[in-house]
Amino acid sequence: MNWSDALIQLQYNLGAPQELSWLVEGITYFIGAFVIANAALVLALLLIWITRKVVSRIQDRIGPNRLGPYGLFQTVADAMKLLSKEDIKPTSADTPSYLIAPVLSVMGVLMALAVIPFGAGLIGADLNVGVLYLVALGSIGIMAALMAGWGSNNKYALLAGFRVVAQLLSYEIPMVLAMFAPVLLVGTMRMQELSQAQSLYLGPINLGLGWFIFLLPGAFLIYFIAALAESEQTPFDLLEAESELIAGFHIEYSGMKFAMFFLAQFLNSFFLGAIAVALFLGGWQGPFAGQVPLLGPIYFLAKTFFIYVVIQWIKGTFPRVRIDQMMQFAWKVLVPLVLALILAQMIIMKLPLPGWINSLLVLVANIAVVLAVLNIMGNYFKREQVRSKRAFAPKSLIGTMQPVNSSAGD
Amino acid sequence: MPELPFPLPPLPTAPQVVFIMIAVLAVIGSLTVVLARNLFHSALGLVAAFFGAAGVYIVAEAEFIGVSQVLVYVGAISTLITFAIMLTRGMMFGATSPRNRQSGTAAIITALTFVVLVALMRGIPWPQAGEPITDGQAIIAGLGFAFVNQYVIPFLLLAMLLLVALAGAIMLARDRK
Repeated sequence: MNWSDALIQLQYNLGAPQELSWLVEGITYFIGAFVIANAALVLALLLIWITRKVVSRIQDRIGPNRLGPYGLFQTVADAMKLLSKEDIKPTSADTPSYLIAPVLSVMGVLMALAVIPFGAGLIGADLNVGVLYLVALGSIGIMAALMAGWGSNNKYALLAGFRVVAQLLSYEIPMVLAMFAPVLLVGTMRMQELSQAQSLYLGPINLGLGWFIFLLPGAFLIYFIAALAESEQTPFDLLEAESELIAGFHIEYSGMKFAMFFLAQFLNSFFLGAIAVALFLGGWQGPFAGQVPLLGPIYFLAKTFFIYVVIQWIKGTFPRVRIDQMMQFAWKVLVPLVLALILAQMIIMKLPLPGWINSLLVLVANIAVVLAVLNIMGNYFKREQVRSKRAFAPKSLIGTMQPVNSSAGD
Repeated sequence: MPELPFPLPPLPTAPQVVFIMIAVLAVIGSLTVVLARNLFHSALGLVAAFFGAAGVYIVAEAEFIGVSQVLVYVGAISTLITFAIMLTRGMMFGATSPRNRQSGTAAIITALTFVVLVALMRGIPWPQAGEPITDGQAIIAGLGFAFVNQYVIPFLLLAMLLLVALAGAIMLARDRK
């Protein structure tokens, strides 16, 4: 039973006339969209609080703890402050793109909510091109960043705009191909069917543990790395590298417009985690989720928050990569790896074997391909490192001199 | 209720309202492309026009083509165009107008094309309503099946063309020793 069907039925039971079916449907979809969009915006407050708590624990601090229980209302206070700030627009900014960019960035992220399956009947719209829809939404984020970078009329913002295109477009390819692996396995792009396929029946009982991460660990790993880059999280947060670009493409934004970009970034990392859960970690599947439907959303949110905390954990521990390293990693490691994975999976799935041998072979091939490609690329990069060190060896004495031992003088 | 001297036009149905909204978006976007003083605004108008086209596909129940339209045209081609504009034009030194003295000629040719297209479309017997589509999944599966069976040669040739274009771009762009 779908949530919208249930809601429509409820309205008819309450006495809504059958002739006004268009109004009933309109009210139903309005309620759905309203709840889902506003829940996401409130969720962002919680996400920012989680980030601050996790990162401060990693850095041996306490984090926000003054406002409300465990400092939960700190973000609310911050949002109030941002709302009350003066709305500044640079004189030479390009008005239309400067004003539209923050709205567009949040819009692109919120639209992803429509196809995320929270539970057995809980999905905004079960599109038959669900996965492709999610991929297409990424382009709105790119356009928003470009518009912000260009519209601000600031050279750091423009540089960040260039980086946005380079990074997001490069990492989109491995991400899309990794998302393709479970789609290939199930043979559908519907998010709900993808979640349903990840069940594991032990007799009549659905254990709900047939997660695709157990079959496709390599694809999950690639998806996760690429998603980190897509959501501009730490090892790949070059777009707003404070030490190089001050704040990236949103340097000229202040007050609520700045908060919109912030919101989009936090929600984006959460939703990419949610997509990872839906595609690889079983979605709403789990022990007894089939018997007790209420467990589905709980499982889904628990897994998604777990992924989110892992992302914050990475944020607290990893240094930022350089831009050339980042591009090399995307094009020379991730893309060949994911292409090899997809090719191996396609060949194995066409073999005339019983189902469970096929699945086992997919798993074995996944691990083998990852190990083989990483080995080849690792050897290549070791040679490359030696070669580039020779190429960049200093030709003059500058840079080769040893520091003077300072203890001699004083 | 007093009798009106003329019959009221029928109320537009919901798909028609949605189509009108999308068409307005596409037309405004296309006009921005042609008429904007600023080249970057033209590029943004192009994005809006592509979104409008995707919307028309979705209204016509071709979700796959609509989403592919957004993915390819908005995601890749518009970004490429915008990027090229940002790299090649002196963005920091004021707007650059893409207009020149040929706009009058272009307007005449466009008007003639419009007349010809309208004349052509009026001559075609359009089907009033097609078969209702029960499952979009079947369309995507059928499309994929057609690509690797009936149309495998054109499909591979297209892939080859893209590969040649890619190799050519690298040949042009690499630094010559």
